[in-house]
Amino acid sequence: MSEMPGDLLYTKEHEWLRREDDGSVTVGITDHAQTALGDLVYVELPEQGMDLDAEGEMAVVESVKAASDVYAPISGTVEAVNETLADDPERINSDPYGDGWIVRIRPADAIDESELMSPDDYQALLDELDA
Amino acid sequence: MTKITDKLIFEKSRSGRRAFAQAPQFDSDINIPQQFRRPDRPNLPEASELQVVRHYTRLSQKNFSIDTQFYPLGSCTMKYNPRACNALALLPGFAGRHPLGPESHGQGFMKCMFELQEMLKDVTGMKGVSLTPMAGAQGELAGVAMIRAYHEARGDDERVEILVPDAAHGTNPATATMCGCIVKEIPTDSEGDINIDALKAALGPKTAGIMLTNPSTLGVFERHITLVDELVRDAGGLLYYDGANLNAILGKVRPGDMGFDVIHMNLHKTFSTPHGGGGPGSGAVGVNDRLLPFMPIPVIGADVTGGETVYRWFAEKDLPQSIGRLSGFMGNSGVLLRAYVYMRMIGRNGMRRIAEFATLNANYLMVKLEESGFELAFPNRRASHEFIVTLKKEAKSYDLTAMDLAKALLDRNYHAPTTYFPLLVPECLLIEPTETESKETLDGFVDAMVHIANAARDKGETYKEAPYTMPVRRLDDVKAARQLDIRYQRDSE
Repeated sequence: MSEMPGDLLYTKEHEWLRREDDGSVTVGITDHAQTALGDLVYVELPEQGMDLDAEGEMAVVESVKAASDVYAPISGTVEAVNETLADDPERINSDPYGDGWIVRIRPADAIDESELMSPDDYQALLDELDA
Repeated sequence: MTKITDKLIFEKSRSGRRAFAQAPQFDSDINIPQQFRRPDRPNLPEASELQVVRHYTRLSQKNFSIDTQFYPLGSCTMKYNPRACNALALLPGFAGRHPLGPESHGQGFMKCMFELQEMLKDVTGMKGVSLTPMAGAQGELAGVAMIRAYHEARGDDERVEILVPDAAHGTNPATATMCGCIVKEIPTDSEGDINIDALKAALGPKTAGIMLTNPSTLGVFERHITLVDELVRDAGGLLYYDGANLNAILGKVRPGDMGFDVIHMNLHKTFSTPHGGGGPGSGAVGVNDRLLPFMPIPVIGADVTGGETVYRWFAEKDLPQSIGRLSGFMGNSGVLLRAYVYMRMIGRNGMRRIAEFATLNANYLMVKLEESGFELAFPNRRASHEFIVTLKKEAKSYDLTAMDLAKALLDRNYHAPTTYFPLLVPECLLIEPTETESKETLDGFVDAMVHIANAARDKGETYKEAPYTMPVRRLDDVKAARQLDIRYQRDSE
């Protein structure tokens, strides 16, 4: 059973989003995603200040088994990237919802939560995948 | 088995030790000007002939190889390489030919290569073949470069998107990216075919082409192929055939007849030349009429004058629109010769039998494993030349992962199938027995698979530490990727 905080939003591509108090949004990949990928060996991060389109490629996470794109869940500008992942990609494995965050985005528009998944919806997706 | 702790040949070196019988003959009259002479001796190992023979014989004994073990590595077509191909390719006239020699001195070799081009055209239904790509990935690069060159020659500069199914070999998106294209991924449906709605949505005025492997890496034939052909063509795109799985359809269906514009063939797979460990290989490309002017050079042409055929290199002058040269000469000639001999031995009827027996062997193995309790990724589909077993259930119930089973197979003297590819299927093993294996070998492999799975289920055997009997145990591939260190440091450094 994957860990899944109840205060986050999710995507069907297995990213999570946290709405911060200052209006920015922190994004990472879910516990399910890091488990499926296995031990990560490399993370390709976007440049700070880069403009992102919703569902466009934002980062790449690479394990021994596979390389996988991480998609921007919303449109906006990259406000900060987690530089520590360059040397310690395994942070995503050990703490996907904390130390293993990937980028912080300044949203371009108001966030439409109907485009994203609630914890319950995401759990339903995982159950379906597990069936 | 010998231990991995064997010394390197450099560590066995002793100053002044030599293999006299193998020493090169120098003409003492060669006068190399002082400024071109190296000040120090080259840092090469110094060892006796016997030491060298033992060293490399022992290294070779640590390998799994098709000559010693069943090697069902999916999508790699590890079939037997007949000795005759090797013997004939090593004839002195071939082995001693200098690639810079005049055409008149290499007519025999060039005739063989011309005939190889013709046979490949015949068996694939294409209009032209270039043998020059050195490996499958280079064949792909040449193929997509030709697609781009075609669109650009027509002034259609907007076509930069290459569609790639999500089941594709990883080289496909890499190739498209290397050619400056944008990759659009097309999902696969639950039965292993392309999702046609998603394909329709992805097609448009920017579509340069689609890269398809058929049968796909899921080991099934793409049933919508004619519809895919129609849709991509209507959108103005070209169709690229990844020949990785050509073995399954050899002599039965031709990519040219399926509507493909360009294909690459892995001669080192389908036509049974030695491969593995990164090469040398051959990724010959075949094209239809539209792409003929863009073929990589050189190709071999034949001029008939006065009833006599003279073979010559077709290069920049003959194909001014060519995407260019991919290496100094034309492909790996030794590999091409082996493929040529193989095709001449097999003949057209033999090719059909290759596809039939590759498919029969795969389906036999698939049914046997399913009957023994293994779960198939696509139980409703007939296998082509390969198929996928998923250990999702075993991994969940008693922690037997695909990796554990693969490592345990090594201890039972079978090379592991391809693991964790394609990525779409969790805990998967992609198994390709090839046509050259006997029923007894296949039965033995099933017994080994069943033995391992039963021991995990009934006796709690974990195999987390497997393999036990190999020169090395379970390697830390995560550490190897994170802290890559591939350079040997000599003591003196």
